[in-house]
Order: sequence, then structure tokens, then C-alpha cells
Amino acid sequence: MAGTPLDLQILNTLAAILLLLSFSMLAQRRIVTMVNLLATQGAILCLATVLLAWRTGENHLYLSAALTLALKVILLPWLLHRLIRRLDVYWDTETMINAPSTMLIGLLVVIFAFGLAQPISALASTATRSTIGIAIAVILLSFLTMITRRKAMSQVVGFLSMENGLFFGAMSTTYGMPMVVELGVALDVLVAMLVLGVFFFQIREQFDSLDLHHLESLREDE
Amino acid sequence: MNTLAAVTQLLEIVFAILAAPVFVGWVNQCRAWLQNRRAPSLLQPYRGIHKLFHKEAVIAENASGLFRAAPYVVFATMVAAAAIIPSMGTRLPLTTAADSIALVGLLATARVFLALAAMDVGTAFGTLGARREMMLGFLAEPALLMVIFVAAMISQTTSLPMIAEHLSGEEMALYPSLAFTAVAFTLVLLAENARIPIDNPATHLELTMIHEAMLLEYSARHLALMEWGAALKLFNYACIGLTLFVPFGVATEAQGPVGLLLAVPVLGIKLLVAGAALAVLETVSAKLRVFRAPEFLATAFLFAVLGLLVHLLLGA
Amino acid sequence: MLTPASSPLAACLALLAAWGVVGLAGLVRPRSVEFAGRTLFPLGALCGLGLAVVAVRSIALPPEQIELLVGLPDLPFHMRLDPLAAVFLALLGAASAGISLFSAGYFRKGEGALPGLLCLEYHLFLASMGLVILADDAYAFMVAWETMALSSYFLVTTQHRIPDIRRAGFLYLLIAHLGAIGILLSFGVMQGGSWQFTFDAMRAAQLDPQWASVAFLLAFFGFGAKAGLVPLHVWLPEAHPAAPSPVSALMSGVMLKTAIYGVLRVTFDLLGQPQWWWGLVALGVGLFSAFYGVVFAAVQTDMKRLLAWSSIENVGIIFAAIGITVVFHGLGMSALASLSLIAALYHCVNHAFMKSLLFLGTGAVLHATGERNLGRLGGLIHRMPWVAWLTLVGALAIAGLPPLNGFVSEWLLLQAFLFADTVPRPFINMLLPIGAALVALCAALAGYVMVKFFGVIFLGQPREPNLAQAHDAGPFERAGLVWLALACVVLGILPVQVIGEFDQVSRALLATELGQDAAQWWLLAPTPARGASYGPLAFLLAGGILTGLTVLGVRAVYHQRVRRGPAWDCGFVRLDARMQDTAEGFGQPIRHIFQPFFGMSRELPTPFDAAPSYRVTVTDRIWAAGYERVGRSVRRVADLVARLQQGRISTYLLYSFVTLIVLLWIVL
Repeated sequence: MAGTPLDLQILNTLAAILLLLSFSMLAQRRIVTMVNLLATQGAILCLATVLLAWRTGENHLYLSAALTLALKVILLPWLLHRLIRRLDVYWDTETMINAPSTMLIGLLVVIFAFGLAQPISALASTATRSTIGIAIAVILLSFLTMITRRKAMSQVVGFLSMENGLFFGAMSTTYGMPMVVELGVALDVLVAMLVLGVFFFQIREQFDSLDLHHLESLREDE
Repeated sequence: MNTLAAVTQLLEIVFAILAAPVFVGWVNQCRAWLQNRRAPSLLQPYRGIHKLFHKEAVIAENASGLFRAAPYVVFATMVAAAAIIPSMGTRLPLTTAADSIALVGLLATARVFLALAAMDVGTAFGTLGARREMMLGFLAEPALLMVIFVAAMISQTTSLPMIAEHLSGEEMALYPSLAFTAVAFTLVLLAENARIPIDNPATHLELTMIHEAMLLEYSARHLALMEWGAALKLFNYACIGLTLFVPFGVATEAQGPVGLLLAVPVLGIKLLVAGAALAVLETVSAKLRVFRAPEFLATAFLFAVLGLLVHLLLGA
Repeated sequence: MLTPASSPLAACLALLAAWGVVGLAGLVRPRSVEFAGRTLFPLGALCGLGLAVVAVRSIALPPEQIELLVGLPDLPFHMRLDPLAAVFLALLGAASAGISLFSAGYFRKGEGALPGLLCLEYHLFLASMGLVILADDAYAFMVAWETMALSSYFLVTTQHRIPDIRRAGFLYLLIAHLGAIGILLSFGVMQGGSWQFTFDAMRAAQLDPQWASVAFLLAFFGFGAKAGLVPLHVWLPEAHPAAPSPVSALMSGVMLKTAIYGVLRVTFDLLGQPQWWWGLVALGVGLFSAFYGVVFAAVQTDMKRLLAWSSIENVGIIFAAIGITVVFHGLGMSALASLSLIAALYHCVNHAFMKSLLFLGTGAVLHATGERNLGRLGGLIHRMPWVAWLTLVGALAIAGLPPLNGFVSEWLLLQAFLFADTVPRPFINMLLPIGAALVALCAALAGYVMVKFFGVIFLGQPREPNLAQAHDAGPFERAGLVWLALACVVLGILPVQVIGEFDQVSRALLATELGQDAAQWWLLAPTPARGASYGPLAFLLAGGILTGLTVLGVRAVYHQRVRRGPAWDCGFVRLDARMQDTAEGFGQPIRHIFQPFFGMSRELPTPFDAAPSYRVTVTDRIWAAGYERVGRSVRRVADLVARLQQGRISTYLLYSFVTLIVLLWIVL
């Protein structure tokens, strides 16, 4: 460890913090805190992109970082906070399985992701290749968050966190995606947010609550 | 075994025995500052211990030899633990006889004897305290072992002085795995030393007690030894944390006597900061209900395992 | 002509025969307790001691084989004494010496079976275990194995007039035979086409990897049933409380180790090249067993069931150690394989002494008070100080506290797990350190269980008035307990010598050894490159000196005045025995935290009860989900088959007629 230069150590630290944030999101019950954690994730991603851009000299990564900052740290969390206030949904206390089991499954998922990543790390050629495992772990943990939640809002936060993980993974393996792809993904996410926002209002109109198990009754007579 | 090593060893033991009560006093002082109160003087714990030693010991009629022997055993194990933690120097002869796993074993010995002594008189509170203490113990011990494991894996040895030398010898390196385990270690420290949020050291409500409940039947010199032993335990845990996570300033073999002279004030400063941090943590938390304590420790264990996994993946 | 003087193997066989003779001598005067107790059992203890001495001497000698002309004309018994067998024989001899000494004072009249008969069964049990260890062909092995199972069955059902004990014995015999089928089939696979059932033939046979795996899994199943691995463990918590305490001690301390010997023999000796994934099977099952056992031990209310579940835990840990040995050996990491094999062997030997000591302690308590239920004991340290203090040594040893022996094997195992991250397989190198965390959890829980065990029985106030008549153990019983406690202490303080002996086994089975520097006899440093070391003697001396200095210091500076008074209890005056924790109460945190493992039923009092009572029963889910279901389906199949039994003669004649027609059709 002593041989690696300081910026790589900082990158590794940022990756570890990202993992920690995903785990905290898994355990969080308060939706406002989840959105704040999401914003912090975006900030960490932005920092990591800037650091990587400085190290490798690829200038398009600076643009990427600026986009991340604008979208993931400022715009999306603001949108989500507005939605929370208008929909009046602050807590998501019931989950599918209880907290200790969720944590245990999360741990197993992390082990799985790290185990997968070890041979891949050996093959990749970028400086950040060892953080691929963390990217996969963040994706899987966000997926788990989406699965174990009842309120629609938490699931959206999980979805966005998954996108963060994807972004981090892309950065680790290939120093970011081509600009076109990135802009396309960013636009997709924005559109998805707007559509989902509309959707939420419709759900609440229909069922008077954003609890998703109302959507499970597929027939009228159930 | 040269004289410097012997001097380091002796100095560590004496410093630990003498400084532990004032460390507790310092934590109380910081807490009082944060809570806008006036604390008793820093030397008050010494006066308390001195007063207790003077008193005549009253022992229950049905207490056995185990009850009378336990305070001496607990105190001796805590002193032995202080002897093998490299708080001042890494040249400690006794550490060849006991590495970090043996250190955890020593702490477990003290805990077992304390619990057995609490069960000896057969009161409701004593057995309550014993049960709760063992419950915290069996959850905290694996977490502590995992924390030590991560440090041992990084340094490729379980010997604490060698871990300290390895970690302080590197250039200022950031170890994310050690950051995770530092969080885990803090949680374990709070639980094992009966601090808020697990146990309130200043409470008088017996049903909420964990550590205090085990000491209710003790008086005079036995109680003094037990309280001194508890202060030593907190001091030892603080020193373990400083060795694993902030090992800079510890006198290594190459530095000779000058290093040792410098190490003492460095240790003092580190302990001052650690005590203040502990007071801050205690002030911002509220005491948890007892049945939530396992969740607290499970979180510590989780952090420790995460630290281990991050180390295996990132090599850091 | 091989004489006992020249050949250690012949000497061992002679001592085993001596046990047989001592047993048969019991039939001379079957009803006399004095004869069996004062004369024969001490003789048996002496034979055991001799066996231990001879075995220890022969660990370093090259292996030796003998063919005995016992048995069937074409199938003589082959016997072999090599380092592995010598270690386990030494375990058998030394542990049984202490247990036999204790039994000399333990067995009394009116306990169900005649003392002379008991003597016969007991010594036959010992001799058959010795034969299992020495056997060098499948035939001798199975004969000795069956004798071991049957003699222990009769010992378990000593008090056969009680239906619960009969039921426990039946369950024990059933699962023992299930295991025996597995072992037999495994031997069948291992002979590899030569149809020679000697172990030499099996060593020479070259099996396909698939057949080798089949043989390993069958042997694992068979020996695991005898050792008490989950889910074949259900007989242990029933049989151990049912048997008399010395028998429980023998079963837990020694018989379970013969199963471990079997696994070691099959995996490393007969199946030459173990595949590394077998180790994962052993590791997984072992860790789960260990965890399951200790969690159940923490919630028991019967002192012998608690110890039985604790045995399941320790066997699980031994299998976990064997598991990582196989993993390391299969992946070519020989130094670590040697370390973990020695950890496994050390834990075997430790557990034999620690568990025997505890079981014999409970035997003394049972004799003095007549109670097995933890809810009716308490405060016995005042009435039975010898038993209490010696049992404390055993309890502290099992809890893994330095400087006793339990800590040494735990230290070695954790050292082996610690360097498992160098394993060159992606998932395994992450799962193994987590296995270390589980081992640490089991060790910490073992401490919990031992505090409960010792605290509820010996400390506190007596929960029943008749406990005031409890008496301490007699001279023979004390001698047995002291011998075992001394063994625990010595094994803890002199690990380097013991590991020097185990190195021979490691060299024989794995072709590597730890190679400790004999000059530093007080310091255990198995992997000098790692820098970790443990010096128990220095540890003990330092601890003793510090304690002594504290006592002297306090006495010199202050005073030693003591006054006795009633317990303070925060000023509450009417303290009685019911206010202290019960066994259920002490286990409540475990019940609460590990709820999914238990099947619990509770009876809660209502506010309108005249005599309110609270009862909680904890049952094993594996029994309900697994065994009862299997039992029901077997019953159903049996009922279906019973329909064949019509009772009318014409139907039976019809059966014969149909069979005849079918046979004629096939032949012609």
C-alpha cells in the first residue's frame, strides 16, 4: 500500500465511502435522509471524476464531472425534495424483511460482488481497476434497496443510486463512457424522473397512498 | 532484552496504573464542559479510590472465595493488558508472550471473573448485570477480533508492536479498511466500557445498569480495585485504538531513549484528544434500550466485516 | 516372536486385552460394589495410564503392523500403530484413566444394572475404542465399531426402567447404525475393485476423482453421525443426559474423537489426494454445527443437556479446522495445512479433558443433590468446594481463556484462518476470514454458556432447601477430577512439547511439519515469519506476580479488615433464592437474538390465575421438521406394506403361486 501514489489512495477512499453510503441507504428509514445520501453519492462521484481527470489528463471527464454536479447533486435531489414535500411522504418504516436480515443479505451481496470482481480486476488495464468490485456492489445493493422497500419514493432513490453505481463502474473500467452515451443516459434519467413524478400523483389520486402493495391487487374482486 | 526495553515496559505499566483514573476524570470534565456544568477536579477519582481503600470491607455472608478474589484478578488482568499494548514504545518484552489475540483473551478473562463474582451472592441485580455483561461480551468480542484481524492482515502479523511499527512506518497512507474498522472499534469501545449509548456510568437506576449492577455488593478496597480496573479498561481500549489507528509518535526500536522521552508527551496529547472525542460522542447520543444493544454491536460487527472485505478487494 | 516389551503395538494390544480381562473379572462377583469399584476400576485406570505412556512413546517411531489370527478364517484382523493412531490412543488412555478413577468412587448400588455388569460393559467399551483406533482393515474396524456402539448402548440404558432413557438409547442406536451404513459403503467404494478390504489395499487403490468424492462424502456422513454434526446430532442431547456421568464423559470426551480419527484416517491416509472442495463441505457443516450447538447450549435448563450441546459445538469447531486443513492441503499451501491440522488435533485432545472434567463434575453434583435441573441447584461452592473449584478449571478452559488449554487450540486455529486470505481462489479467500469471525463468535458464546453453567450450579444461593445436605466428592472422585484438571493446565502451559508430538502426525499425513525450534520450549511461535508468538508460562507467571503484588500492595499500604453481613441488595431486606436468575432467565438474551433457530412454546400466566406460572420450552426445529417427518413417512410406508399381511392362508398360497410362475417364466 505504501507504493501507491496519494491520488490513487484518495480514489480508493472515495470508493469505500461510496460503499458505505449505499449500505446506509439500505438501512435508512427516513426518505429525506435517503435523498441527502443520494446527493452525497453524487458529490463523491463528482470528486472522483475530477481526480481521475487530473490523473489521466482526459479532459472530457471534467465535463462529465460538471454534468454530474449539476444533475445529481443539485437538480435531481431538489426535484425529489419537492416531490416529497408535495406528496407528504417522509417515512418508509415497513420493509419486506426485517433490518438485521437485510443487512446480512447486503453483506452476502457485497461478498458476491467482490468475489466476481477479483478476476476482472486482474484483466483490466485502468488505474482504478480494483474499484470495479465496489461499483458492482453499489449496483447490487441499490437493487436490493429497491426490492426491500414499500414506498415508491424509496424505490426511485434506489434506482438513481443504481445509476450512480453504473457511472462509477464505467469510470473504473474505461475512464468514462463516450460523451454521446453519457448525455443520452442523463437525458433518460431526467425524463424518467419527470414521468415518475406524474405517475406518483396518479397513484396517490387513485389509492390515497404511495404504498406499492395497493398496486398488487390485479383484479377488482380481490 | 536490554535495559531500554525493560524501562519501556515498566514505564508503560506504571503510567497506565497512575493515569487511568485521571483519564476518566478528564472525560468527565469534557462532558461537564459540553453540558454546561462544573465538573469535580481532575484528581477527584484518586480521592475516591483513596477513601474507599480506607474503609472496612463488608462482605455478604454467603459470598465465596471467588467473590473475594475477583477484584484482584480483574485488576491484575487489566494491568497485564496495559503491559502488552504498545502505547509508548514497541520494544516490550512481555509482548512475545502475548499477542493481540491473547490480549482479547485477557479482556475476556476479566469479563468472565467479573460476571461470576456478580452471580456469587445471588441477588437479582448481580445476576441481571452478569447476564447483560456476557450478552454484550459475546457480541463485542468477535467485532474486536475482526478489527484486530484487519490490522493484522495489513501488517501480516498479530503481534501488536509489529502492527504499530508497520502502520507508523508507512508514509502517511490512507487505509479505507482501517477507517471502517475504526468506526467499528469506537462502537465496541462504547459498549465494552459501559458508556452511553449502551450504559450510563453515572446512573443510579439499577434496572438500567449493566456494569454498575455487577459491583453493587462490593465495598471498600474491593470496590476500589474494581473501579480502578474499570478505569484501566477504558485506558487500555483507548490505547489499543491509538495503536491501531494513530500509531505515529510511538517510540520504535530505531529511535532509542530519545524516542521514549518524546513518546510520553505525545501519548498524553493523544489521550487528551481521545478523551474529548469520547465525551463528545457520549453527549450527542442517548442511551439505548438494552434489547437494542445487540443491534448496536451487530452494526459494529458489520463495519468490521466491511473493512475486511474492502481490504481484501482494494489491498488497502 | 513379538513381545510387549519389544513392540509398542503388541504392548497396546496387550493392554486392550487387559481391559477385557478386567471387564470379565467383574462377572466374578457381579453384585459387589466394593469389588468392582475399589478394585477393578482402579485397575482399569492403571491400564489406561499404561496405554497412554506406550502410545506417547511410539508417536515418533515408524509405523508398525500386525496380523492377528482372530476373526473369520479368511479375514484376520490387521492392526497398525502409526503416529495418528498413537495420538488418539494416548488421548483414550489418559482421559479414560481419569474417568475410571472417578468411576471407582461413583457407581453405587441400586442404579439399575449390577456393578459387575457395568464393569464389563465399561471396559469392553474402552477396549473396542482402542481396537477402532488400531484397526488396519475394514473388517476389524467395523467389528470394533459395532462393539463400541453396542457396549455404549448398554451403558446409556443403565437405568433401563425409565422409559425416557430407553427411548434415548434407541435413538442413539438408530443413528449410530445409520452412520455405520455410511462408513461401510464408504469402505466398499474405497477398495476400488481389488475386493481386498485391508487399508493397505485402499491406500494403493487409485480411485477416479468422482468415486473418491463419493467415498469422502459417505465417510463424512457416517463419521459425522457418530460425531454429532448437525443434522445428525439429535441423539447427543438425549443420550448424554440419560447415561451415567462417567459414561457421558467417555462418550463426549473419547468416543466422539474416534469419529474424528475416522475422518482423518479416511481423508488423508486412505484417500491419498484429498480434493480441496471437500474441505469446504467440512468447514461449512462444521461451522454451522458449532454455531447451532452453542446457541442451543445457552438456552438449556438441564445441566447435562447443556454440556451435550456444548460437545456438538466443539466437534463442529474441530471439523471446521479439518475443513481448512483439506482446503490448504488441496491448494498446496502446506505450512498452513500443517498449522490447522495441529490446531484440530490439539482441540481434540483439549476437549477430551475439558469435557470429561465438566461431565464428571456434574456427576458429583447429581450424586450429592439428586438434581439435574438447573432450576433446583445453586450455591454448591460452599458445600462442595473440591468439585466446584476443579469444575471451574474445566469451565474456564472451555471458555477459551488463557493460559489454559482451550485458548491454545483457539489461538492456533485463528492464526490459520488469519492467513487464509492468501488462498488463490476468488470467493474462498473472502469467505474464510469470515469463517474466522464465526469461530470467534462461537468461542465468545462458549464463554457465555460456561458462565451460565458454573454460575447457576455453584454460585448464588441454593434454590432448594435440601441442597444443604449436599456432600463433597469422595477420594477416588477427587483423584479423577484432579488428574483431568492437571491435564488441562499442563496442556495449556506446555504447548510446544505437545505440538512437537503432533508434528509427527502432520509429517505422516501431510508430508510437512511446523518444525518448532526445540530450544525455546517456553514460547509457541508456529510461523516465525509472521512474528506472532504466545508464551503461556510467562503469561501465567506475569499474571500470578501481578495478582500477588496487588494483594501485598493493598495489604501493606492499607489494611485487610473484613466484616461479614447480610447481602446488601440495595437495601432490600427480604432477599430469597427465587430472586436470582434462573437458567431460562440467563438464556433469555440468546432466545431473543437468535429467535429463528428455536422452536419455542410459551405458557404465560393471566391476571386471573390463583397460582400464576410461566413456562417456556425450547425445542430443536431440525427434530420437528426433519426427523418427525421422516418418521411419519416411514410409518406410512410400513402401513402400506402391512396390507400384505392378510391373515388368510389362501392369500399366502397365492403369493407363493405367483412367485413360482414368475420364476419359471424368467428361468425358462
